[in-house]
Amino acid sequence: MIDVIDHLVGIEPDSPLDRLRDRRPDAREHAQRGFDALLTPDVPGAVSLVERDAVAAFVTGLHSDPRTARFYADRLAELAPELLGAVRLEIEAGSTTGPYGTYPADGPLAAESDEGLRYRTRQPEALGSRLAAAFEHAHLLVFRPREADPKDLRALADAGWSDTAIVTLSQLVAFLSFQIRVVAGLRLLGAAQKETTA
Amino acid sequence: MTGFTTDRLGFTTDQLGWKPWLAPLAEHELTEAHREALVDEARAASPYFRLLARDPEILHARTKTDNDIFYNTKGGLPRPERELAATATSRRNGCVFCASVHARFAAHYSKRPDDVRRLLDEGVAAAQEGRWRAVIDASVALAATPSEFGAEHIEALRAAGLDDLAISDTIHAAAFFNWANRLMLSLGEPTSDRKADQ
Repeated sequence: MIDVIDHLVGIEPDSPLDRLRDRRPDAREHAQRGFDALLTPDVPGAVSLVERDAVAAFVTGLHSDPRTARFYADRLAELAPELLGAVRLEIEAGSTTGPYGTYPADGPLAAESDEGLRYRTRQPEALGSRLAAAFEHAHLLVFRPREADPKDLRALADAGWSDTAIVTLSQLVAFLSFQIRVVAGLRLLGAAQKETTA
Repeated sequence: MTGFTTDRLGFTTDQLGWKPWLAPLAEHELTEAHREALVDEARAASPYFRLLARDPEILHARTKTDNDIFYNTKGGLPRPERELAATATSRRNGCVFCASVHARFAAHYSKRPDDVRRLLDEGVAAAQEGRWRAVIDASVALAATPSEFGAEHIEALRAAGLDDLAISDTIHAAAFFNWANRLMLSLGEPTSDRKADQ
């Protein structure tokens, strides 16, 4: 089994980054266990494996890190190749820069409100209503989490997402937000190390 | 998902409560596996953690990752600056609840409540001295989607005296709060009544 963060950063055994990651052994181990729990669960339960891989391909595509996006697109291509074209189209439709979002107009942070894309799926029929709702929620979490509202959870419930499934979906998007950033950060740190020792 | 009056809260170091928008598991519903996933038994009292317990495997991985990033004090970034990265990330993403908790920790461990207050009141661009400036800027760049974290942020952290482990800790602390913020912001909301939770 590969360690996904090592794989996406390009960390070789016994390299400086490998030794650095070993200084935080629990974080290293459990970042991988988080991936396992969300993407390769023994019992998929409330969220199917296809849904997990499709949301992961969409979320990582929105982050525009080619290596990470490719890794998750390849997973989806293996499990549900028929969805790949639709997911690519949605990534294109949803791509923007964040974080942004409005704060309540009658609250103390109203002056910091920052409008941006409120994405709706371009081809909901290609995804199916359950996955379309998941993509719209995932986009909200990626770009404007400050705008999240109970009505967003009701939209998921209306599309057939149970409370437990919503927790898993939220964890998936939130976890990927973490993993993507660790990968981006460590890759730059590794490049800086090479420059120093060159 | 019942409605209730929403408090209009600004960023604060006050102790806040947090109300879930989905039903947490009841304490009597928690099995041995759920309690193990909570890691710390006292968290069974928290609606937030009992809601996340609906998917125990990812909750367990989340918590073990969190604990090592913030509490493993073997070298690396001093605790106050790890809390600063958490606070700056939460401030940028708009997570009032997360910012309140970690601003209190940052102020307590650094003994610099005025600098923390300025970060909350004026935002991530407010004036800060060298080392804090570098940690805040790195955290803000990592909060962007796509990431805006670059070689210049690593150089600034090094110039501020951080070694590679401390830089890696900064990356992990900031990245982790992109995970935590998205859960806190989208599964419930902060309340001024701290008795509601925690």
